[in-house]
Amino acid sequence: MESPVRWNDAEAQAIIDRHKGRDGATLPILHALQARFGFVDRAVIPVLAEALNLSKAEIHGVLTFYHDFRDTPPQGRVIRLCRAEACQSLGVEAMLAEFCASTGMSPDQPSAEGVVIETVYCLGNCALGPAALVEGELVGRVDCARLEALVAGAEPAAIAAGEAV
Amino acid sequence: MSAPSRIFVPRDAAALSVGAESVATAIGREADKRGIAVEIVRTGSRGMLWLEPLVEVESARGRFAFGPVRPGDVGSLFEAGFAVPDSPAARAHPLALGETEKLDWLSRQQRLSFARVGVSDPLSLADYRKAGGLKGLERAVALSGAEIVEAVRASGLRGRGGAGFPTGIKWKTVLDAKVGQKYVVCNADEGDSGTFADRMLMEGDPFLIIEGMAIAGLAVGATKGFIYIRSEYPHAFRAMEEAIAIATEAGVIGADMLSTGRAFHLEARLGAGAYICGEETALLESLEGRRGVVRAKPPLPALQGLFGKPTIVNNVLSFAAVPFILSEGAEAYAHYGMGRSRGTLPVQLGGNVKRGGLIELAFGASLRSLIEDFGGGTLSGRPVRAVQVGGPLGAYLPESQLDTPLDYEALAAIDAMLGHGGIVVFDDRVDMARQAKFAFDFCAKESCGKCTPCRIGAVRGSESVQRVIAGIEREKNLALLDDLNRLMTDASLCAMGGLTPMPVMSAMKHFPEDFRRPVMAAAAE
Repeated sequence: MESPVRWNDAEAQAIIDRHKGRDGATLPILHALQARFGFVDRAVIPVLAEALNLSKAEIHGVLTFYHDFRDTPPQGRVIRLCRAEACQSLGVEAMLAEFCASTGMSPDQPSAEGVVIETVYCLGNCALGPAALVEGELVGRVDCARLEALVAGAEPAAIAAGEAV
Repeated sequence: MSAPSRIFVPRDAAALSVGAESVATAIGREADKRGIAVEIVRTGSRGMLWLEPLVEVESARGRFAFGPVRPGDVGSLFEAGFAVPDSPAARAHPLALGETEKLDWLSRQQRLSFARVGVSDPLSLADYRKAGGLKGLERAVALSGAEIVEAVRASGLRGRGGAGFPTGIKWKTVLDAKVGQKYVVCNADEGDSGTFADRMLMEGDPFLIIEGMAIAGLAVGATKGFIYIRSEYPHAFRAMEEAIAIATEAGVIGADMLSTGRAFHLEARLGAGAYICGEETALLESLEGRRGVVRAKPPLPALQGLFGKPTIVNNVLSFAAVPFILSEGAEAYAHYGMGRSRGTLPVQLGGNVKRGGLIELAFGASLRSLIEDFGGGTLSGRPVRAVQVGGPLGAYLPESQLDTPLDYEALAAIDAMLGHGGIVVFDDRVDMARQAKFAFDFCAKESCGKCTPCRIGAVRGSESVQRVIAGIEREKNLALLDDLNRLMTDASLCAMGGLTPMPVMSAMKHFPEDFRRPVMAAAAE
């Protein structure tokens, strides 16, 4: 995954212009903006509404409905940890509680370094859980040690391969 | 010089999650170091997920499997002559599993939709053709729309997304709609915990889904299709985008599909982390660029679907079953299965299970045979206490009901549902009151908010279970939960609110002791 760049109105406009002719263009545009900048600046709402001939309320509604879209830039790594039933059956809740107790972190709250363990429900890795998605890479069999390494910034692929723990 | 050995390493996300990328790199590096010519082919996963990364080597007698392979094992594998087909030393290696096709776990399956997954390069259209791909589409272009629809109807195929609605009847409704523009939409928003068949298929055999959707387009006269993929599946989204580009470039789909002069344009779209978008009308809203809010039915999407036009909305697995039905005939497909559940079902076995993965079988296998024979019991080694079938809206079943066959009607008869075929195993440490509370919490978090029973009911339900757990007016709150469950079931607009009571009620019915635990023990957790 490419790392996000600083928000830039001209480039945001170019992204909007590139996609605005597509059927149901709102989600593709919001995804493209977030992929480029790491978040969607709320200042783009009127611009997007104008481009798509929709109301600002409609764009605001879409931006805030979906869990994926964020309106502030992430300060650090986002670790999407699955806490749905299949991972629960493998003890993800107890593991996370233990991890949070020992580090002082809380799920869905950024740490002092800006790292977030974000709750998601199912990453489709239900036979090799608990699972996490980090920088587009899936990591299986996540335990406290692996979670700690991911929080510390280890390469997800290396963690997946059982290295660096 | 002899041809290089062909070595197969999955690039399926589950395999990557336990190090398949590092293993592939290590194999390449080790081969270079030793001056051995190898061709590394990246495939989908065979679905024996507990053996991932599973590495296969081609030989005259078929493929030979090793697994689970860690990067650190690669040196010893080469030392044993692993890159040389039929090397006796390699076959004695501790990671040697045997000839892949003869492995018990695979040979007992009936793989129709998953026949190619894990076998060939998912993005090679030539390999797809060689393995029998496109035969269904080639057959379909010679048929009328009504003939295609009749074949799908006669096969007995029912929607694999969960509702089990007969696919042929849905297609006929769209076919009969006299409107110019129609659409084909594939629901790949596989949000149910415990399910991963759609993901594996998108990553492991994307052309099959494309072929199924193109046949649907021919059947009803739709020239445009969308596949809506959840954002939690970045690998699947990439695979589908690449496969669509390849298939379009090759003229399999596009402006002139298979040189017939007929068009079918296909586009992959990314969801944005909303479970409700797996509900077909919310998915259509999302595709149209709006919040994923459920629509009231009628009108049916088959008559007024995407952008108000007649639309086929089917699950990935439904489309994936179609090419076989066309190429081998409806009867060949209907030959599998039991009762009104015809064909095969890709079962996904996950959670606390020793040997989890993808098991495609004719309908009718018992839960017990799947969990015990295929799954080998729990990963923790403790007794199985509860099994959730059909995702977060599915029932929790006790050990005593594991002899139930996997069949739409048999599960409905015990107040359960098959859903998308996911099975999640829990051991005896599970607290079913907490699972019931989670069902409500999940509904509260993921409800689209349109109808009151779901939006408010989920929150009240969670509060009530919490009071039961805390020992506050237990009898009153249990009675209130009974009432609330009935109300949500009867009055919700869609399956999200309507089925959230299913896991709750099944937990209360089969595991009543968990709702009456001494309060101190509950508080101490």
